[in-house]
Amino acid sequence: MQKPIATTRSMAGLPTGRLAVWWVIASEIVIFGGLLVSYIMHRLGHPEWGGYASHTNTWAGAFNTLVLLSSSLAAVLAHQAAEHGDGKKAASLLRLTCLGGLLFLCVKGFEWSHEIHQGFVLSTNGFWSFYYTAAGLHALHVIAGMIIMLVVSADAAKGRELQRVELIGIYWHFVDIVWIFLFPLLYIAK
Amino acid sequence: MAEPATAHAQHPHNGAGHDHAHHDEGFFKKYLWSTDHKMIGFQYLFTGMLMAIIGGYFAYAFRMQLAYPGASVPGYGAVSPSDYLMLVTNHGTIMIFWVAMPVLIAAFGNFLIPLMIGCDDMVFPRLNRLSYQLFLLSAIVLLISFFVPNGGFSGAWTAYPPLSSQAAYHLTPLGAPLWLLAVALEFVAFLIGGINFVTTVMNSRAPGMTPMRIPMVVWMIVIASILFMASVGPLVAGAVLLLFDQVLGTHVYDPNHGGDPLLWQHLFWFFGHPEVYVVLLPAMGIVAEIITVFARKKLFAYKTVLYTAIATGIISFFVWAHHQFVAGIDPRMANIFTVTTLIISIPIAEMVFVYLATLIGGSIRFTTPMLWALGFLGAFLIGGVTGIFLGSSGSDIYFHDTYFVVAHFHFTFFPIAFIGSFAAITYWFPKMFGRMMNETLGKIHFWGTILPVNGIFLPLFLAGLAGDHRRIYSYMNFPDSAKPFLQDLRIMATISLCVLIAFQFVFLYNFITSLLRGPKASKNPWNANTLEWTAESPPPHGNFAEMPTVHRGPYEYGMPGRDQDFWPQNAAN
Repeated sequence: MQKPIATTRSMAGLPTGRLAVWWVIASEIVIFGGLLVSYIMHRLGHPEWGGYASHTNTWAGAFNTLVLLSSSLAAVLAHQAAEHGDGKKAASLLRLTCLGGLLFLCVKGFEWSHEIHQGFVLSTNGFWSFYYTAAGLHALHVIAGMIIMLVVSADAAKGRELQRVELIGIYWHFVDIVWIFLFPLLYIAK
Repeated sequence: MAEPATAHAQHPHNGAGHDHAHHDEGFFKKYLWSTDHKMIGFQYLFTGMLMAIIGGYFAYAFRMQLAYPGASVPGYGAVSPSDYLMLVTNHGTIMIFWVAMPVLIAAFGNFLIPLMIGCDDMVFPRLNRLSYQLFLLSAIVLLISFFVPNGGFSGAWTAYPPLSSQAAYHLTPLGAPLWLLAVALEFVAFLIGGINFVTTVMNSRAPGMTPMRIPMVVWMIVIASILFMASVGPLVAGAVLLLFDQVLGTHVYDPNHGGDPLLWQHLFWFFGHPEVYVVLLPAMGIVAEIITVFARKKLFAYKTVLYTAIATGIISFFVWAHHQFVAGIDPRMANIFTVTTLIISIPIAEMVFVYLATLIGGSIRFTTPMLWALGFLGAFLIGGVTGIFLGSSGSDIYFHDTYFVVAHFHFTFFPIAFIGSFAAITYWFPKMFGRMMNETLGKIHFWGTILPVNGIFLPLFLAGLAGDHRRIYSYMNFPDSAKPFLQDLRIMATISLCVLIAFQFVFLYNFITSLLRGPKASKNPWNANTLEWTAESPPPHGNFAEMPTVHRGPYEYGMPGRDQDFWPQNAAN
């Protein structure tokens, strides 16, 4: 397939890819927004959910926050490398970001298996339903981000499609920010 | 599709770097795996038309049951109570999500946006293809759900829990999750498509196509896509939770276990009401294109229409709870939502007035597309005015869940989904397929549709005023509803529906014969200004022989001091 002329135009003054990523994020914000507002409304109506929330592992959550935010640093450095045309460096930094995502998922797996062993599963009560749904949806975004990042880094290593390094970085920051909302709502508020 | 073989040979080699190799693609690549926006538009159009036939068939079956309870319906057989609920549920779902959305937004959005803004394709052609493929998958999942054990979902198209959340209530343990999955997939397909539309219009307009020179239908599709994007998210999240309630045993919507069934109503209508405008605005845009061309006049107050549409979109996020006046919401909230609902009728009325002002003093030609456009305004007016009664909490408490509501929203959705689509199909048919449709058959189809529609839904207003509750399998079980007068109204509605369906065969005949044997269309059969009419009919891959530059707005008709009464957007002078 040849690239249509449409993809090369830039009437709005922004590269098409970046524009589209912002729209993707806009639509994601309302998905997570709807879920979190539903959770907050339930939470306000059920003071006892604070007690359920005390079973979550705040330290593991805090560690994961640190991991995810630090991985974003690598994504920013990858963008910088791509700006300088250094595809190889950008690719390895993106893979480093992926490692951060992997560590995040491992900690999450540890937390969840511990909680499931304690008998807190999706259907235990409303709090745990929201806990697993919101964190699970976020984890799916982490996994999707990692897959895209591996694809982008494979291209970037060969010096191709370097503008995509920035785009996946924007998305990864969004995934971070969602976690910054989830962490206090699910772990700290008790 | 009727792209004649000769068109390939005549197709001028354009400066866009497209070579003829594109035209040697096999059947699979050309029709099923295409990334060409026009072909994807056709895919949406034909899928939508197929689904419309299924949705119409469902309507036929349950209306026959209502008119002649217990009788065997020709072509369906006896309608059991569970069949009946499945039919009404999926009729609504299909008509809104698999007919109105794909035809009005996806089919015409795909076909028109690149042509009207003067570029060769969408900015993400492969994403566009993916959008259709997900949509097709969602349609297949929905169709499969009708054939699983216990049948398709029967908890109404609004899927209120707890009825929809537990198999013990809705009795369709497989149909319900499949239905939900299909709807969620469809949402994802349109999210992808919408992002593509908005990005394309923002970035890929032809040189000179400033925001105030964009044809109104393109603006409307963009606003609709943004509305959809901003409203559907919470429902996607809500649908996941409902799916968990159905299959994983969670209790998010179950009041017996600390859940809240009203949460779904909020999430559903927070999407559901903007959704009305998601489909209305493109139809309004289609009407704007058609009435300006056939009244040979500039669109009255272009900017007013645009700002009105944006205002409508914003206000539409603040009206959703008018669907919940009887759900036990705080009366103070009911007041607020009554006020916002009445306010939203102002911009819509303004649009109708703008269109009437466009018609005044015009040289009106009553072609088939023009009849459809005018029919849209008339029919939608009835739907809009009756909405005032339902938006006011006081009267809605009486009307809620009666046939008055059914008649009201059919007077809005029928004009949108069908009259709007017929207007668009008859108007752009020459451009889409390179052939003209038969005008006589088109007019027969118009009158054979517009009169029976009133015959169906005007009696239902009366039935609703008399208190007929919707979602009743047989009114014979209720002495107050079994009165002969009310039953006559139901029979009249059903007979009108049969007449309506019969006349759709005229359309299908006209569509197919015109596609195959209609007279060849010239580039610009309607003498219109917008850019799509400067391309070949049908446009080749890459659309334009030379990429156009835009010099003026889209509605410069009947300008004084010119030989022709139209002034194409790309004409240098």
